[in-house]
Amino acid sequence: MATVLVNDKSVEIGPSEKLNCIQAAQRAGVEIPSYCWHPEMSVVASCRMCLVEVGDKKPDGTIAMQPKLFPGCQTPVKDGTVIVSNSEKVKAAQKATLEYLLLNHPLDCPVCDQAGECGLQDYSYEFGRGYSRLQEPKNIKPDKDYIGDQITLFTDRCIMCTRCVRFTREISGTAELQVISRGTHEEIDIFPGDPCNNKLAGNVVDLCPVGALCSKDFLYEQRVWWLKTKNSVCPGCSTGCSITVDQNEDVLYRLKPRVNEQAQGHFMCDEGRFGWKYVQSEKRLKRPEQRANGQVVSRDWETIFPAIRNAIRDSLIRSPNKFAAVISPWATVEEAYLLATYAKKLSPHAKLAIGPVRVVGEDDLYPKDVHGKPEPKTKFTIRAEKCPNRRGVEAVMQQMQGSVIEFSSILEGVSRGEIEALYILGGDPEGWISDSDATKLDKLKLLVVQDLLESAASRKAHFVLPGAAWAEKDGTFVNHNGLAQAIHRGVRGPEEARPDGRILMELAEKKGMFHAPTLRKEIAGVVPALAALSVGELGELGVKLEQAAAVEKPQLQTV
Amino acid sequence: MAINAKDVEWVEETPMNFWEATYLPAVFDGLLTTGAHVANNRTVTEQYPEQQPKLPTHYRGVHRLNRDDKGRVKCVACMMCATACPAHCIEIVAQDAPKDDPHWADRDKFPKSFVIDELKCIYCGMCEEACPVDSIELTHIYDLVGLTRQEMMFDKEKLLSVFDQTKDSGIDPIRTHKGKLGHASDFTDLHTLGPATTVRADDRSAKAVSSGVISN
Repeated sequence: MATVLVNDKSVEIGPSEKLNCIQAAQRAGVEIPSYCWHPEMSVVASCRMCLVEVGDKKPDGTIAMQPKLFPGCQTPVKDGTVIVSNSEKVKAAQKATLEYLLLNHPLDCPVCDQAGECGLQDYSYEFGRGYSRLQEPKNIKPDKDYIGDQITLFTDRCIMCTRCVRFTREISGTAELQVISRGTHEEIDIFPGDPCNNKLAGNVVDLCPVGALCSKDFLYEQRVWWLKTKNSVCPGCSTGCSITVDQNEDVLYRLKPRVNEQAQGHFMCDEGRFGWKYVQSEKRLKRPEQRANGQVVSRDWETIFPAIRNAIRDSLIRSPNKFAAVISPWATVEEAYLLATYAKKLSPHAKLAIGPVRVVGEDDLYPKDVHGKPEPKTKFTIRAEKCPNRRGVEAVMQQMQGSVIEFSSILEGVSRGEIEALYILGGDPEGWISDSDATKLDKLKLLVVQDLLESAASRKAHFVLPGAAWAEKDGTFVNHNGLAQAIHRGVRGPEEARPDGRILMELAEKKGMFHAPTLRKEIAGVVPALAALSVGELGELGVKLEQAAAVEKPQLQTV
Repeated sequence: MAINAKDVEWVEETPMNFWEATYLPAVFDGLLTTGAHVANNRTVTEQYPEQQPKLPTHYRGVHRLNRDDKGRVKCVACMMCATACPAHCIEIVAQDAPKDDPHWADRDKFPKSFVIDELKCIYCGMCEEACPVDSIELTHIYDLVGLTRQEMMFDKEKLLSVFDQTKDSGIDPIRTHKGKLGHASDFTDLHTLGPATTVRADDRSAKAVSSGVISN
């Protein structure tokens, strides 16, 4: 075991770990400020913010310090390394570095979108000098409005950390960004005619420690200190990126990735980042509707629940084997469980089917090489399966009926007259049912559609229940890899839309309020494949389903 | 923060002497005040509205949005006023300045809409204090009336018209000509807060902080 001394605190480092001074200091709870360093990217040590004193503890106990300051990001630690980050010498270097970085910085914090979450603001406050000695006019570079469809560059705010350049070279592999000119004329720019429009481009905005690269989508929408943040999971594909949902006064403004090595790492794709606009769509179902002969009979939640219960009961009395429930792979584990148990309680012969699993193209692997082919070492994957919770819904179904029925076989069953009553729990924001498929539903005696957006099916339904988008409810998504992560309610739904879990609990007349952690514990007891959910609160990083199952087996001894 | 017991000084009432104990000096003192008022026939009542009151220069009345020397709204839509406002009466929607319009060449951002609810406002002046470009100011207009609530929602145009109305009134002059984000972002005329090339001996940066560091 290697021991590293950080400001007189000792930190243990594992034998196979390769850490730099910044990471070792993090272990000791000491922050070494840095701009250009990022754990996922190569080290350039160009910002000079992480300069620290580094030394060596000799076997005889004496400590030999290096005479000069070293960039912490570029200096690996080993047994006996001594890092000093709070000496006067280091503080003077930090002050000087910040003064230098601010020389040509316009200090237009009031109009800058990054203000409030800006690395330059934070470090200036904590480590900076507080005044500038520059008397000459500042060097202003013209803004570049078009770096990409979603990205704009305020060139004068840039501190040339080159994180964005390295991201496009190393993570996306598309290498659109570069540094042009040299010295004080250095600027970030795109190659002419080759804008930064790759599917991971939005990440350069997050990576930018200052307000130079801004997202056009979020530009001037809100000041960041007004945003309230909830942890969630991106529902864009089965990767299940850990994200945060930023809202103010029930309006969703942006999604940002959160670090989760088990899910996706540090980044997220633009499809997920900008693809949430349907949450605020005009096409959202906003009120419950009960229809008879094409006329709306009721729009009241209180009367609709008993009406649905009666309608389902009547149809089961008529034909007990002709009831089916469709659960979309966009539903959470809790909702799938609630609907599955309700359907099986009503009739043990009820069929449970998974909604259409939307697969678009093939998995998109990054980084790409110059020909657009994925490189051997994958750093980010945008999955072809565009739904967040197929595995979770399937696990519930396997337990409840032993097999998973496809949606297409339900449609066939409907056209053959084998199914007369159908409950559809939707959630897919993109047309999950075609008009021709929807005409097959005409034969149904009872159709209940609980969904997010208006669809061909919801127009034919006898009962329409407005559900909640993923950002409007609590629950669990299980990603492609069996990682169960919690989503949290960030915003309220439009008008009378309700979280799906609450709708299903009231419909099933289940006692109590919808509380995801309690329900997870219940599910863990019923569905062995989801036993890992027994912890209730899944924490920030989620729980691996397999690992929890593996605990029961004897583990292999490693030498 | 709780007050420390040792910091508290107790003051006892001074005991009255013989004359004070009769209360007669206090009675005559009071009669003297009454008599002075009886004898004085100077009017103190202001004949409002025929006679307009003379307000102190720091009076805080209706807001205005100042214009810069090009006639544009000075406001840069930084929303510091809305952040500082304790009554939450300011609603701003920002927009990026038209990039190809030379009129807006030096600006990144301006308010698309700027609405102050004058009924919610408590006229504390925090917005004025928070403004980095001296755009929002409180004027001496105090007699604000409206027939509907909607009328009391002052939008950008109305606030600018208050500026046009009051700038020449004498009591609400244009206080600064600063339309930019303060001297720190003023590229052409930069006043340094710290020493330029000569460093005072007592300045932190003048001291050698430890051996091996070259200062200045």
